[in-house]
Amino acid sequence: MTHSEIEAITERYENRESAILSMLQDIQAKEKYLPQEALERLGEKLGIPMNKIYRIATFYRAFSLTPKGQHEVCVCIGTACHVRGAQRVVDQINLELGIRPGETTKDRNFTLETVNCLGVCAAGPVAAIDGQYFGKMSPAKVGGTLKKFRSDKKKKEGANGKA
Amino acid sequence: MIPFSIDGQPVEGREGGNILETALDAGIEIPHLCFNESVKPYGACRLCLVEVVRNGKSRMAASCTHPVQKGMEVFTRTEKVLRARKMITELILAMCPGDKLIQEMAKGMGIDEVRFKKEEKDCILCGLCARVCDEVVGANAIHFAFRGDRREMIPPFQGEATNCIACGACVVVCPVDVIRMKEEGDERTIIRWKRTLKMKSCKVCGNYFAPWFQLEKFKEKAKLPKDFYDLCYTCRS
Repeated sequence: MTHSEIEAITERYENRESAILSMLQDIQAKEKYLPQEALERLGEKLGIPMNKIYRIATFYRAFSLTPKGQHEVCVCIGTACHVRGAQRVVDQINLELGIRPGETTKDRNFTLETVNCLGVCAAGPVAAIDGQYFGKMSPAKVGGTLKKFRSDKKKKEGANGKA
Repeated sequence: MIPFSIDGQPVEGREGGNILETALDAGIEIPHLCFNESVKPYGACRLCLVEVVRNGKSRMAASCTHPVQKGMEVFTRTEKVLRARKMITELILAMCPGDKLIQEMAKGMGIDEVRFKKEEKDCILCGLCARVCDEVVGANAIHFAFRGDRREMIPPFQGEATNCIACGACVVVCPVDVIRMKEEGDERTIIRWKRTLKMKSCKVCGNYFAPWFQLEKFKEKAKLPKDFYDLCYTCRS
């Protein structure tokens, strides 16, 4: 992230120290994670010591300090989804992609996360990929669902290659 | 001054003060780990728990963060307090079984066996080092990271503490003595924060007396003359 990008974010909140969380969210939205340089620049700009920013950035699970994949796979393991076999869905994804919750595939295409509720318990077990919801998931459906996002990326790469 | 009583003994607390400092001033012993009078109270260790009776109602409160109030009665050795204190000590011991001070405290309270799952930590997460670093030294080198059972006291990004001036304040203040410092030749290392800094030698006696980085920072902050730190403390006085 460049200096001017950070500046645009801090100015959006009038350089207020109290808006640090919103600023971190904006950085995360842009980069999909919080890069160290971005945090250092943010600290310099606002005059907040690094130890405080790091404390905030590690406290909230919504922030990640490690790079995330192109697509974020969120599997709900809340009570309703859990009793309907959410863990089996997680296991199947683990098998397909070779990543555990919190990890990212080597090609940086997928990141697997578990959440405690997605708000659609009636459709459980639920998984959300990039905010798109997939209800009544089962281990059998995992492969097909992931495929959509796999080919999606390949298509784009192909297009880029031609251009 | 605000009059109240601790264990039936009449005491007077400072306006805006807390129970613990008043008790310690009056010579009443309340065990504590995370309290230090040079920094703001934080209430992390919960060991200074006392029973506070006010308007006929009793409640348990950490005495370091509880403000003094007129006419309240504080009890530091009731059965309830002792039981809670014992439990807290046992929990801290389960987290840090290797700490000498905690072991001694536990022994003194009659804890023979820890009933909880033992962890291999050494830091009790009282946050005193970080608070001294922020409030007294002003270096802001370390702080808590992560949360819940994964909470840790580490430098930002887990590597070297790049803001650390190796003053050693955290080493002195750590209640369980797990932050260590070593000096070899012209270098001082704060082992826990992976920080090594070159020391400056005195122009008279030639002894290495403090890290360069620290002296430069102090000079800048206090606007001292350039040659202020050419001599060590002993040679200057």
